[in-house]
Amino acid sequence: MARLDRRSFIKLSGCGAITAGMGGMAGILASGRAPAHAQVTTLHWLRWNDFVPASDQLLRREIAAECEKALGVKLNVETINANDIQARVTSAIQSGSGPDIVCVLNNWAQLYGESLVDVSNIADEIGKAQGGFYETSKAVANDGKKWIALPWSIVGLQIAYRKSWFAEIGYTDGKFPQTWQEYRDAGKKLKAKNRPIGQTLGHTFGDAPAFAYPYLWSWGGKEVEADGKTVVLNSPATVESVKFMVAFWKDAHDEGGLAWDDSNNNRAFLSGTCCATLNGASIYIEALRKPESYMTETGAQMKDDILHAPLPQGQGGQFSYHVPFSNMLMSYSKNRDVGTKFLRWIHSREVFDKWFVSQKGFSVGPTTEWEKHKLWNDDPIMLPYKQAARTGRFAGYEGPSTRKAAEVVTKYIIIDMYAKAVQGMSAEEAVKWAHNELVKIYGA
Amino acid sequence: MAVAYLPTSAPAERHSLVSRLLEDERWLALALFLPTVVILGLFIAYPFVEGVLLAVTDAKVGVPGHFVGLNNFAKLWNDSIFRTAVWNTFWYTGVTTVFKLALGLWLALLLNRHFKGKAITRAFVLLPFIIPTVLSTFAWKWMFDPTFSVINWTLYRLGLIHGRINWLSDPDLAMISVIIVNIWRGVPFYAISLLAGLQTINPELQEAAAIDGARPWQRFWHVTWPLLLPVTMVVVLFSVIQTFADFQLVYVLTGGGPANATHLFATYAYQVGIGAGLLSEGAAISLAMFPALLIVVVIQLLYIRRVETH
Repeated sequence: MARLDRRSFIKLSGCGAITAGMGGMAGILASGRAPAHAQVTTLHWLRWNDFVPASDQLLRREIAAECEKALGVKLNVETINANDIQARVTSAIQSGSGPDIVCVLNNWAQLYGESLVDVSNIADEIGKAQGGFYETSKAVANDGKKWIALPWSIVGLQIAYRKSWFAEIGYTDGKFPQTWQEYRDAGKKLKAKNRPIGQTLGHTFGDAPAFAYPYLWSWGGKEVEADGKTVVLNSPATVESVKFMVAFWKDAHDEGGLAWDDSNNNRAFLSGTCCATLNGASIYIEALRKPESYMTETGAQMKDDILHAPLPQGQGGQFSYHVPFSNMLMSYSKNRDVGTKFLRWIHSREVFDKWFVSQKGFSVGPTTEWEKHKLWNDDPIMLPYKQAARTGRFAGYEGPSTRKAAEVVTKYIIIDMYAKAVQGMSAEEAVKWAHNELVKIYGA
Repeated sequence: MAVAYLPTSAPAERHSLVSRLLEDERWLALALFLPTVVILGLFIAYPFVEGVLLAVTDAKVGVPGHFVGLNNFAKLWNDSIFRTAVWNTFWYTGVTTVFKLALGLWLALLLNRHFKGKAITRAFVLLPFIIPTVLSTFAWKWMFDPTFSVINWTLYRLGLIHGRINWLSDPDLAMISVIIVNIWRGVPFYAISLLAGLQTINPELQEAAAIDGARPWQRFWHVTWPLLLPVTMVVVLFSVIQTFADFQLVYVLTGGGPANATHLFATYAYQVGIGAGLLSEGAAISLAMFPALLIVVVIQLLYIRRVETH
């Protein structure tokens, strides 16, 4: 082999580099296109830390890879605590930079309407192709004129309860209290055995509003009239609901719930310290995922002792509030076209199906078609979630779920009304306080 | 030759001009002062002015807003949560400052003595201050957890309690919890700063006082304390400013709850401005703490000056 001295090597490699460089540049200039590696657009999608971690993994690995293949888009999925999403959105909008797409909860999209791309075209397509959006989906992602976000999913909320513990106090064969009074009586008996009901009345995105709002409605209370302006919270029905809550809390609840976030009740239930809690199906799904880790006091697997039921009814009816998610395409994004393509692709039946299956029923689809999915045949315990989204009302009732209604949710006023009373304020004072707060918001 | 001189003479002249200017004390002072002015202007004055401008508009996230005068401040006047936040902030700052000063001074006096393992003890004392606040507060959050509190578990095992203490669910206990964590975190700052102050005091003064028959308490009160006072005032000043504007500790531990019972100025401003997107109202809440803070700072600085001139 010929010996290559240092001087020759430098000469040769230098020539090679120049030639390659010249050829490369010439090629790029001639084609008039950027090199392939520079063409890949990165799309930044901000979401919550899913209570079903497998879904986040699916998005990061499988879906991201498919996205790059199908659209030539590199998908960067970032997940954070749901309670921190609003702070991220505010700072992103004000600075004009941040995630291209943000998946928000509740009716938060209404707060940012001016800073979002109109996605009516895609929403109309998806809605038409997939059986029509639920009312909840529309309430939170449509501002009355256009779609400001694309409904992604709805986390159904039901009461998860311990079958055996309720059977011990007379609710055999999987029966569950039908009225608030029955639920209170049952809770009282169970609390006496150190098995209280676990419920948050704290400042947290999901379980707190999903409990407080339907509870209010079921007593006949509401925020505003249908005009969306006239505040009518301070009514005998609301005062009655608050009075009942104070006694209900003391009699039947774990009083630590005032400081709970959305994960505290999962931990409490799975560790056997509460008998029932309003929740998405994440408790049951976690118990299924690790059957050996979660046991009852008798040594049986916890998963076999969990059932689901809707919130009980009151004198005003029976209601629920399920937590909707929607994707906002940010108007500051430089990738708006790519973002539009991506949303159309990810919401398509074929792609969404994979994510939907990974949720195992924790989320229902934003449209009615997903009720027909074969997934619902897999596990009868999950059946109460199948059509849950049909019964949901949304914040701002009886008016539309506008920016003002979103402000009420974000400031936790309805939840605090109950929390203040539980902490010792008189029911009348608590309702008066909340009513005045609502007047400030709806009257502004 | 003249041509050869030209290129070098111009920089030389410039150089001499700069030198001459810098020889003038006024220009030199300006040159030395300029970087500080730029930094303060960019990072202190500009955000402050922006905050003031924002507070007099009705700006929301994504909506620039219009001038509304003092409307946002008028709203705050009628806001019961704001009133709670004001009370909480003063209470929180007052109580924690007293405890941090007392415990910090006590610790500093102990650490100023000679004992085995002094260096390592001093290093350990600093730990709460060194650990990032968010991290240590998360640990405290677990200790105060409504269901799995290790504090409750210990008290229960010791037979001191028979039921659960709801540390973060009861409004008063939540405030006490927040205060405890702040004291835990702040004592090392006081201790080390005051220790530094103690070490500047000439031991001969103590010896002279002892020879004159002064008892330990008299030596502390008449010798140590007057000499330590200027340092103490500076430490208290820094601490009050930091505590008054505290955010992360309350945000992590209680989020301002339960039912807004533990909000401080900063956390409430965050909830309104960043959470609900009402930027102008959030700015008004932040700005409302400025006059109180200004009064505290002015009084303390005047006091420090008086102590120093005496």
